[in-house]
Amino acid sequence: MTQTALTQIAEKRNAVEVDTPKMTARNVDVFYGAAQAIDDVSIDIGMENVTAFIGPSGCGKSTFLRCLNRMNDTIPIARVTGDIRLDGKDVYDSSMDVVQLRARVGMVFQKPNPFPKSIFENVAYGARIHGLASSKAEMDEIVERSLKRAGLWDEVKDRLPDSGTALSGGQQQRLCIARAIAVDPEVILMDEPCSALDPIATAKIEELIHELRGRYAIVIVTHNMQQAARVSQRTAFFHLGTLVEYGDTSELFTNPHEERTKDYITGRYG
Amino acid sequence: MRDTVDPTPTDWNSRAMQKRIRARYRAEKRFKFYGLFAVLLSAGFLAFLLVTMISNGARGFTQTQIAVPVNFAASDLFLESSSLEGDGAAQALAGADFEGLVEEAAREAYGADGEDLVSPAAWLKVREAVSDDPELLNGEQTFWLQASTALDFASRGEVKGRQAQRPERQAMMARYERLEDADRVRRSLSQNFLVNSDSSDPTQIGIWGALKGSLLTMIVTLAIAFPIGVLSAVYLEEYAPRNRWTDMIEVSINNLAAVPSIIFGLLGLAVFLNTFHLPRSAPIVGGLTLALMTMPVIVIAGRNAIKSVPPSIRDAAYGVGASPVQVLSHHVLPLSLPGILTGTIIGMSRALGETAPLLLIGMRAFVVEPPDGFTDPATVLPVQIFLWSDELDPGFVEKTSAAIITLLAFLLAMNAIAIWLRNRYEQRW
Repeated sequence: MTQTALTQIAEKRNAVEVDTPKMTARNVDVFYGAAQAIDDVSIDIGMENVTAFIGPSGCGKSTFLRCLNRMNDTIPIARVTGDIRLDGKDVYDSSMDVVQLRARVGMVFQKPNPFPKSIFENVAYGARIHGLASSKAEMDEIVERSLKRAGLWDEVKDRLPDSGTALSGGQQQRLCIARAIAVDPEVILMDEPCSALDPIATAKIEELIHELRGRYAIVIVTHNMQQAARVSQRTAFFHLGTLVEYGDTSELFTNPHEERTKDYITGRYG
Repeated sequence: MRDTVDPTPTDWNSRAMQKRIRARYRAEKRFKFYGLFAVLLSAGFLAFLLVTMISNGARGFTQTQIAVPVNFAASDLFLESSSLEGDGAAQALAGADFEGLVEEAAREAYGADGEDLVSPAAWLKVREAVSDDPELLNGEQTFWLQASTALDFASRGEVKGRQAQRPERQAMMARYERLEDADRVRRSLSQNFLVNSDSSDPTQIGIWGALKGSLLTMIVTLAIAFPIGVLSAVYLEEYAPRNRWTDMIEVSINNLAAVPSIIFGLLGLAVFLNTFHLPRSAPIVGGLTLALMTMPVIVIAGRNAIKSVPPSIRDAAYGVGASPVQVLSHHVLPLSLPGILTGTIIGMSRALGETAPLLLIGMRAFVVEPPDGFTDPATVLPVQIFLWSDELDPGFVEKTSAAIITLLAFLLAMNAIAIWLRNRYEQRW
């Protein structure tokens, strides 16, 4: 092995690390049956940052995101190998309780999916099943706090008993964020949270992500490169199941190291 | 170089185009008409059925009564009002010949064949009245007693059929008219039909025994088929691995739903009666047999309902850290409940109307006492209808129709409850 090859590997290693990692992934492979969806991905998720995953359709960014809180467990044919840690603890270890993991690593989905229950019940559900509130007053407080943090409180405070599905798309998505916040997670994974929303609702969600930064480690998968540039501090570019480049957002968008990254952000493909 | 020629632009107003459009509209109209025709036809059949049943059966709920003056004081009943107080009352009543008393009274009022106008069981009513009020024994009292089958049949007036042409009947009809003119007969709501059970005398039969038998049988069926059906559906849909075994189970369940019901009767006979020696003719055996039949329907409907819960709801619940059981019990089951209930309605309605399998396990017995529990001999409504429709006595005809009306009312009540439950739990998203 030549000296340059070794340095390149060292550089690549360095590149995936951040100062205060909340989650670390090393050499992660994901298979759907015989097909490999993720090939040897190593990455750190920082506590202070919003991390964006970008890449063309089918590049595995959503699949990888769903590994971080083991949502892939619900797909029978999915198989994950490698090492993913939350605060240094292996999330795929048998001692890790997957229910608690998903409470600590919350998730917001591509399509707003509130439960067909009241707005209050939507937010209270997670807190209830984890026993976070010991009284009605405490539960009220959790619901109010979560809705306030999700920027939805003023719009729904008078209609908490109404069905969550009666809200507009953007409100529904913020309700889903409030639902994730209510269980007091440490990491929030967002899987293209704005792809079903109009520009105004999108702007509100992006603003919300700004406000939530620092309190939670946030990972957002997005198709929209401008959105990644606006909301994130670190960006990872995925292509064909591999992590091509990971770095500071400003750096990656202005001065990409890899040819494929450059082609993608300049709109050559994607 | 050009090797393609521009095609002539489509003429949207050409004759051929107009013709095509008209044909399309015609087809549309024709199709709508076929659908309407089908709906009207089935509505017509249903209306015909209901009108026939109700016009025949309404009489089954009423009875003909005839006025019989009974002179207790002048009778040779050998019964004093004082002996009907205290401990010996029942014995004294049992020893008195009320039957003879009523026959004598009828003869006195209507001539030598007067007793033929009164139902052979009518004296029971007189005895009951005396038991309630012993003072009656000191005087005379006119009772409205149930008329005999012959008089009751005559009260229907002209009817078709061989029975109607017989001279006895013609004479009885003339007599009925005379009695009617003298206000000695009347039709009133039958007190017997809803509280009595089967009997060999059509004026005395009632539906209560069969109704209670059906109710008990349905309770057993629901209690067995619903939980087992829903749990099977949940397991197959949520937990079972996809392999050859579950495929086989799935095919078997689908086939079971289509098996002729009499086969289930044979199964019930072989398993519940011959192997487990459960009591014959009992609602528990009938219920178990019908549960076997109902279960596949509930499983199939349940699986479809569970399958139709959107995956996004499951994701949402898993995403906030719900365990699989919580996802199931908090979200999937409540959302699929309307579908499961629909399947249950269909299955239970079919079970309620089922006759063949119950004949095989002995529920066609002649049961005079309504069942007191799940292991007492009983019959059910459809079997009772089948038995009565087989009787020769013309008095059974309207009772059979009345029993059919009762069965339909039971069915409607059952469905109404299920639909109410379904609407209550229906969620939209």
